[in-house]
Amino acid sequence: MNNVLNRLVKLPKTIWEFYYEGFRNQSKWSRQLWLIILIKLFVMFFILKLLFFPNFLKTKYDSDQERSDYVIDQLTNPKKSIK
Amino acid sequence: MIENLDLSLVDWSRAQFALTAMYHWIFVPLTLGMAFIIAIMETIYVKTNDPAWKKITKFWMTLFGINFAIGVATGIILEFEFGTNWSNYSWFVGDIFGAPLAIEGIMAFFMESTFIAVMFFGWNKVSKKFHLISTWLVAIGSNLSALWILVANGWMQNPVGMKFNPDTARNEMDNFWDVLFSPTAVNKFLHTISSAYILASVFVIGVSAWYILKKTNVVFAKRSIVVAAVFGLLTSLFTVMTGDNSAREIVRDQPMKFAAFEGLYNGSKGAGLVALGIMSTSEGDGTNENMKDFNFKIEIPNMLSYMAYLDGNAFVPGVNDIIKGYTDNDGEVHPPVTEKMEMGRKAIAALKAYKAAKKIDDTVGANEAEKELKANFKYFGYGYFSDPYEVVPPVSISFYSFHIMVGLGMYFILLFVLCLVYIYKGNVVNKKWFLRMAIWSIPLAYLASECGWILAEMGRQPWVIQDLMPTMAAVSSIDSMSVIITFFLFLLVFTGLLIAEIKIMLKQIKIGPNHGGN
Ligand code: HEM
Repeated sequence: MNNVLNRLVKLPKTIWEFYYEGFRNQSKWSRQLWLIILIKLFVMFFILKLLFFPNFLKTKYDSDQERSDYVIDQLTNPKKSIK
Repeated sequence: MIENLDLSLVDWSRAQFALTAMYHWIFVPLTLGMAFIIAIMETIYVKTNDPAWKKITKFWMTLFGINFAIGVATGIILEFEFGTNWSNYSWFVGDIFGAPLAIEGIMAFFMESTFIAVMFFGWNKVSKKFHLISTWLVAIGSNLSALWILVANGWMQNPVGMKFNPDTARNEMDNFWDVLFSPTAVNKFLHTISSAYILASVFVIGVSAWYILKKTNVVFAKRSIVVAAVFGLLTSLFTVMTGDNSAREIVRDQPMKFAAFEGLYNGSKGAGLVALGIMSTSEGDGTNENMKDFNFKIEIPNMLSYMAYLDGNAFVPGVNDIIKGYTDNDGEVHPPVTEKMEMGRKAIAALKAYKAAKKIDDTVGANEAEKELKANFKYFGYGYFSDPYEVVPPVSISFYSFHIMVGLGMYFILLFVLCLVYIYKGNVVNKKWFLRMAIWSIPLAYLASECGWILAEMGRQPWVIQDLMPTMAAVSSIDSMSVIITFFLFLLVFTGLLIAEIKIMLKQIKIGPNHGGN
């Protein structure tokens, strides 16, 4: 019982060490991959999402009612295609 | 009242979606398939205790890791596009897929941060068994995380289990199980993941063949080939089966897509299957009526009827039959497209009338409009067309992508069988032509996989949601210039990622299994 409790108490430290050691002992190419992941996430979330991909309906309207009205208006006033 | 729709906006939005989806799909299937191949290899290691199998497992795990790291999160871009470029569609679909996709995201995050970490950091730190279980959980988890997005795609091809709410203009889930277990979704999920197993098997065989040609790591390569060829052969047969089921489902729910990918303009009883053909380009006649469909074809008589309905004499509708209306083999009458267009227009007008009546609290008017909407809702999307031939997808693209995919599927079966025969006979090392062919099969596996998506998505045009919402009604009213700019930005980012992937992979392959590490 004591043993189990002891292990439970130590669990956060064990997990921390597991990840810490894991990251520390990575090879050079693994570090390169992490760099690529971080750059990719930065470009995606901080450049593309923030600057180029606002949620159209959320930024344009404040309530769901307005959004519904807008989409119904769009759907019921079909546009004629132009080339 | 009729506004003009800038077609270049629709085209650029589609081009952007196609670009990002196809790039995303370069990374996904290798992850889905390789995870299982690694799990099988590690199982052999744990069972046999042979350190050579540990080395094999670790090497392929390294390549898996590279592909995973570069591909991870590339799919989120598609969600950005839904919210910005396709807001009418996103709103119309409702919140149905929002919650499951979010749960999937959270599940994937925890799975990745725990079990993938154990896979890579856990050698010698956790027990062999726990490590093996983690590897299997990564394989199962990553495949399951493809489930919801494929169910969502299945719903768009065959919308079931929902009810349209005219107050909000959103679809609401009526029956969760109908959505999850719709035959379209089930076949799509199984076909997609099993095709990914083929791709990963071909990848492992191709890379191993390179080692054998270079005369290094030959034993390692042969063992890898055996695992991949057995796995690939079994899953190929399953892929053919699920693909065949998909096609049989499509002939009922999306007959126009079926007619397009079979290149069938004029249907008939006892229709023949065009196994090989070159489509005519003489599309001078806008109605396709007198169009000569093929310049050259090899046709197997009655086969198409048999494959579609398991009856060699059954009637298979062609493009023109669907336009003009037809009665199917179960006696169900499918009205001509002009009639569907009329009903669609009524549905659209009824939605407008419903909204107007609600605004002035006219309950009777609203009820009547709702009734009219319900009666015609099935063909809501047809109301946007002005010419019945607008419902025809690009036939040649559908036909060629389907035939390339199926042809390559047959070729991969042959490849897997030959691998096993040569390994069994012990002469694979001398079969240089075969080893070269195996290496060149890697890009072919990607081609087959991308063709599958081209077929599924081009073949369903002009719909984003079958019969309910055409592509042109789904786009947001945004400036097409911003879509053009982001198209090129994506092209840049994804091409950069792909180059990084290929470079790091090739480097790691050159280093080989003896010096690999995490
Ligand atoms: C050999 C027999 C095959 C048959 C009969 C077959 C049939 C089909 C059909 C009918 C679809 C369209 C499904 C839809 O539009 O909803 C499809 C899609 C697809 N196929 Fe195949 N296929 C075969 C082989 C392959 C192979 C070898 C691969 C790749 C290695 C592959 C990958 C895909 C993918 C990724 C899709 C898109 C996802 C989907 O819609 O299921 N298929 N296939």
